[in-house]
Amino acid sequence: MAHLIEIRDMYKIYAIGDEPVHALDGVSLSVDDGEFVAIMGSSGSGKSTMLNILGCLDVPTKGSYLLDGLEVAKRSPAELARIRCMKLGFVFQNFNLLPRTSALENVELPDLYMGRLNRRERKARAMDLLARVGLKGREMHTPAQLSGGQQQRVAIARALMNNPPVVFADEPTGNLDTKSSIEIMNLFTELSNEGITIVMVTHEDDIAAYAKRHVVMRDGKVMRDDLNDGTGRKSQDEVARLVKEALA
Amino acid sequence: MSFLTIFKVSLRSLGRNPVRSFLSCLGIGIGIVAVILAMAIGEGAKTMMVKEISSMGNNLMMVFPERRNKGPVSGGMGQGQTMTAGDAEAIKRELGHLVQGVSPQVRTTVQMMYGAKNWAGNVQGVSPDVLTISNWTVTDGRFFTDDETKLAARVCVIGTTVQSNLFGDDESPIGKIIRLKNMTFRVVGVLGSKGANNWGQDQDDVIMAPYTSVHRYLQRSKFNTVNMMNLSLVSMDDLDEAKREVAALLRQRHHLADWQDNDFETRDTTEIMNTIGSVTGIVGMLLLIFSVITLVVGGIGIMNIMLVSVTERIREIGLRMAIGATPRNILVQFILEAMVLSTVGGAAGVAIGIGASYVVGAAAGWPVLVEVTSAVYAFVISSVVGLFFGFYPAWRASKLNPIDCLRYE
Repeated sequence: MAHLIEIRDMYKIYAIGDEPVHALDGVSLSVDDGEFVAIMGSSGSGKSTMLNILGCLDVPTKGSYLLDGLEVAKRSPAELARIRCMKLGFVFQNFNLLPRTSALENVELPDLYMGRLNRRERKARAMDLLARVGLKGREMHTPAQLSGGQQQRVAIARALMNNPPVVFADEPTGNLDTKSSIEIMNLFTELSNEGITIVMVTHEDDIAAYAKRHVVMRDGKVMRDDLNDGTGRKSQDEVARLVKEALA
Repeated sequence: MSFLTIFKVSLRSLGRNPVRSFLSCLGIGIGIVAVILAMAIGEGAKTMMVKEISSMGNNLMMVFPERRNKGPVSGGMGQGQTMTAGDAEAIKRELGHLVQGVSPQVRTTVQMMYGAKNWAGNVQGVSPDVLTISNWTVTDGRFFTDDETKLAARVCVIGTTVQSNLFGDDESPIGKIIRLKNMTFRVVGVLGSKGANNWGQDQDDVIMAPYTSVHRYLQRSKFNTVNMMNLSLVSMDDLDEAKREVAALLRQRHHLADWQDNDFETRDTTEIMNTIGSVTGIVGMLLLIFSVITLVVGGIGIMNIMLVSVTERIREIGLRMAIGATPRNILVQFILEAMVLSTVGGAAGVAIGIGASYVVGAAAGWPVLVEVTSAVYAFVISSVVGLFFGFYPAWRASKLNPIDCLRYE
C-alpha cells in the first residue's frame, strides 16, 4: 500500500559562510493515512526544516518526496502553491489569522484560492467547520474579539476547509495557556479519531503525548521513531530502517 | 482564484485601513483635479479666441494694397493706391467658383451730426456683400442694396454705438437724415451688436455706406482706389488656390511683369488661428509636463504606501501563500490594490476637477469647456499610473518566500 507521505534520502543543505550546514541529512520517513505523528527534537534538530519541506513551503536540496502519490520535491513556487491549496492544511503557533476579518471569512479563505465551492456552499461549509471546532455563534467575531484558544480553533477550521488529506501543525499550543492547550490537543485527538492525518511539530513532551507516533530528530537525522501506544514499540518505518542498516 | 474574488480581496484589504487609503488616493486625486481644471480653462480660452476670430468673418480672406514708402517713411498697411473697386468687381465676376462674396472697403473718419447731437467716427465704404463676409446682421430696417451701391446713393446703416449717441434710446433712426461731413445721408438700418473685438475695439462704433458714395461724397476722390478688400471664400479648403487665383488676376489687372513683385498682400484668419494654435500648443505642452509631474508624484506616493503595506502585511502574504495563493494571486492582489487607489483618486479628481472648472469659470467669467475625453483620459491614465507604480511592490510581494514571511516578526 502506498504511503500518504513518503520521503527518501532527503537532504537540505544551507550554505552559511563557507561551511555547508546539513539541516536535513539523508532523512527517510513515511506517514500513512490517518496517522497522528509528532515530530520532536530540540531547536536546530531539523524538525522545522522537515515540516517546511513536508508542507511544501520549501524544497529539499536532494531527495524525493511523494505526497499522496505525487512527486513534489522539485516544483516551482506556483505549483507548490497549488499543491498546498489542494492537499495540505496548516495550523501555526501564532494562529496567523487575517486581522479585522471575521472568523467566518478566515475559514472561507482557502476555498477562495481553491475555487471549488460557490458562495453559498462555501459559507455553509465554513459554518459547519466552525461549529465542529466549537465556535458556533462566534462566526462574525474578528480575531481581536477571540481568545487565543478560540483563534487557534478558527485556524484549525481553516486548515480543514479544503478537506486536505493531511494537516500540519507547527507548535500549535506554543502561544496558549495550559487550559487552552489541553482543549486544542483534545480537538486534534478528536480529528485524528475521525481519520484526519495530522503531522505536528513540538518540543513539549506533554503535547507530543497526544500523538500516536513520535519521530525524534537530532542533527538533521531521525533518532527515534516510536509508536505512542504505551508499549514503546518501534514504528514500521523504524523497523524497516533498522533492518536495512543491519543488512548493509 | 477568480479575478473578481481577488478584486474583492483587494477592496477589503484597502477597507481595513480607510484613512491610509484615502490619503494615498489624495496625491493622484489632486493631480487629476489640477489637470482637468487646467485643460478645461485652456480649452475654454481657446474656444473663446476662436469664436472671436471667426466673428471677424466667414471664411475670410483680406487683400491689401502693398505698403508704399515715401522715401524713408513707411506708408503703412492699406495706404497704397494700387487697388481699385474694379479689382473687387473683377474678382467677383471671374472667381465666383472660389469666392462667394467680395466687398471693397474704404475708410474715412467723419464728424456725424443729427439735430443738436454729434459724434465722430469711422465710416466704412463697403458693398452689401460685407453682411455675409463679416457676419453682420441688421436688427432694424434693412441694409443698402447693390443698386444703391451702383448709384452711389446717400444711404447708410449705423452701429448701435452710433445709434445711441446720435439718437438716444427713444428715437428710431430709420429713415432719418444725418449729416456726414455736411453731406446728408439717410439711415436705412441698424446693425446687430457685435461688441468689442479681441483687441478691445468697439465694433459697433461704425457707420457703413456704399463705397461708391463714400468715394464720391466723403472722400471727394477722383480715383477709385480702396483701402482693402474683404473676400469670403466658398470653402476654407480652397484657401491656397484662392490666394493663387486672386494674385494671378490682380497681377494681370495691374499689368505687372514677371520680374515685379505683387503690389498687394493677402491675409486670412487661418494665420491668426495658427498663431493661437501654436500658443495654445505651448500652453498644452506645459500642462502635459505639469500633469506628468503631478501624476508621477502621486504614483510615487502610491508606490511608497504599497511598499509599506507589503512589509506590514508580510505575515498575511505568508499565510495566503501557505494556504494556496500562487505568486500570481499575490501579484494581482497588490497591483489591484494600487490600481483601486489610483483610479478612485482619479475618479474623485475628475469629479472635483469638473466641479472646480465650472466654479472657476463662473467666478472668472470664462467659458469652461470640460471635454468628456479629458475626463476619460484622466481616468484611464490614473489607473495606468496605479498599474505602473503598483507593479514593483506587488512583484516584490509575489517573490517573497512563504517561510520567511510566516517567521517574520
